[in-house]
Amino acid sequence: MEREMTVVITEESFQPLERKQKELPPAVMHSVWHDIRRELLSNKVALVSLILLLIIMIGALLAPLSPYDPYALDSSQKLQGISAAHWFGTDEFGRDYFTRVLYGGRVSLTVGFLSMLVTVTLGTAIGVFSGYAGGRVDALLMRFTDIFLALPSMLLMVILNTFLQPGLFTLVAVLSLFSWASVARITRAETMSLKERDFVTATKNLGASGLLIAVKHIIPNTLGPVIVAASLSVANAILMESSLSYLGLGVQIPLASWGSMLQGAQSHILDHPLLAVFPGLMILITVLSFNLLGDVLRNALEPKIVK
Amino acid sequence: MWKYFCKKTIQLVIVMILISFFSFAIIYFAPGDISMMYISQEMTEEQKANVMAELGLDKSMLEQYAAWAVRALHGDLGVSLSNKASVLPQIVKRLPSTMLLMGCSFLLSLILAIPLGLWSGYHKNTWIDNLISSVTYMGMSIPSFWFGMLLIILFSGILHILPSSGMHTVGDNSILDTAKHMIMPCITLSIGNLAVYIRYIRANTIGQLSEEYVLTAEAKGTSKVKILKNHVLKNTLLPIITLVGMNLASLVCGSFIIESVFGWPGIGSFAMEAIGKRDYPIIMAYVMMSGLILVIGNFIADILYAIADPRIKRGGADSGT
Repeated sequence: MEREMTVVITEESFQPLERKQKELPPAVMHSVWHDIRRELLSNKVALVSLILLLIIMIGALLAPLSPYDPYALDSSQKLQGISAAHWFGTDEFGRDYFTRVLYGGRVSLTVGFLSMLVTVTLGTAIGVFSGYAGGRVDALLMRFTDIFLALPSMLLMVILNTFLQPGLFTLVAVLSLFSWASVARITRAETMSLKERDFVTATKNLGASGLLIAVKHIIPNTLGPVIVAASLSVANAILMESSLSYLGLGVQIPLASWGSMLQGAQSHILDHPLLAVFPGLMILITVLSFNLLGDVLRNALEPKIVK
Repeated sequence: MWKYFCKKTIQLVIVMILISFFSFAIIYFAPGDISMMYISQEMTEEQKANVMAELGLDKSMLEQYAAWAVRALHGDLGVSLSNKASVLPQIVKRLPSTMLLMGCSFLLSLILAIPLGLWSGYHKNTWIDNLISSVTYMGMSIPSFWFGMLLIILFSGILHILPSSGMHTVGDNSILDTAKHMIMPCITLSIGNLAVYIRYIRANTIGQLSEEYVLTAEAKGTSKVKILKNHVLKNTLLPIITLVGMNLASLVCGSFIIESVFGWPGIGSFAMEAIGKRDYPIIMAYVMMSGLILVIGNFIADILYAIADPRIKRGGADSGT
């Protein structure tokens, strides 16, 4: 027996499919600074580093408020231990060590920031120029950069410093001379990819000059990686400065940085070990904070990195 | 392979020439020249000119460099300004203790870094990984000489179990005594490299663990330890060879400072003294020696890498320069 299969298609078989209006997030111009602020406030490690750095910087800035003169010698007070009057004790010349550490922070931080500025400016200029120019100029400049990256910089810095008049500006110059190369590498890579983008082509077609494109469009877009490099560069500069000053090749007396204070503390290491502990601790905290900040920012600004 | 080897050898020669030129420049530009040692006030102008000609100081810089290079190749690196003794024997005498320190610290950092890095990468984001990571951060941020000072304070000042400086106790030449003297400098010198290696191996391990061969091995029922040991380790170690070559510089520069902190009688502390006295011939010899160690180390690393990674042998991948 055959049964007829009839399928009746009525109007009701169809269901009107309503197009769901997807809520698109509003397009907001995110500046790099916005990302940085959000990341710094949400990341506990970054927040702690930032606060520590702020405390150290404010301490160094307010150093003149201390009742003690960091340079006045007073042999009646020498090598005293920790007390209410002298928070970190006194050094072998009777100077208040806490005040000395604050003033040392001024020198160390100044060297760190100044050489970071020079490093980043020089590195960005060379990197963007090299990446934008391309071709032979690029090849030549990058070979040059490679050589600088491969040099045993610490060794050469020590030797250069024996020839030059040691001092704060020599230190900044020498430190920057041996650290611009890595910044140049980063900005060059960024520039290479940026200059192929449509907005650069559009600007070019509107008749903008190379310099204008580089300054107004490429450099602002490399800001993220450059900020990361800047943070790491401060850390590196402070670390290098402390080594050079420890060897007696940094700032000269009566000026003292944390590194040169450690040089002084070396001879009292077994009888007054605390003199060696404080400046080193300051270096460690500062460098560690800058390193951590740099890494946190790198994670925030470069989403490619596996977390 | 042969072509690669030749290319690297040519590079080695070029870099060595650059290093020698740089070393020569130290002598050449040093304030006050060698003639000062030979010229006295009573000499006539003619006598002075004769002395200058004898020393070759009246020639151009390039000619002087050539003459210097020939002498350097014969092992004559000049005479120390401070103790008037020939430079080369003094350097060679101190070289073994520096090599010993550098070698031990290198081995120590590698032996510790491999298991720690693997372990940390395998247990990504657990407390053990976080602990290891924070220690590596400290290792990267601590000034090595200060770490050395802390060790001296703790082990020599407070606990009195390790000697604070030198290589031997007077009158005691046993290996055990030297080993005891070496513990602290060796740890201090390794700390920076150790941190870098651990971070690198950790990142590599994490990358390798997401590869499909790990999945296959897991599917076969291979145990975790075997996967790490037999598969992941081999692939993470390859790039380490290059890293080691690159980080030789920090070993050489590090030993320079660390030797001074611990009074280790090697070429680093010797050069440090020379810098204090502005003894340029010794500084020059030191720069050449450390330059050589560095370049030859890099060369060996490059060759080893080529042997370990067959892709380079074929010449397909350009490892760059």
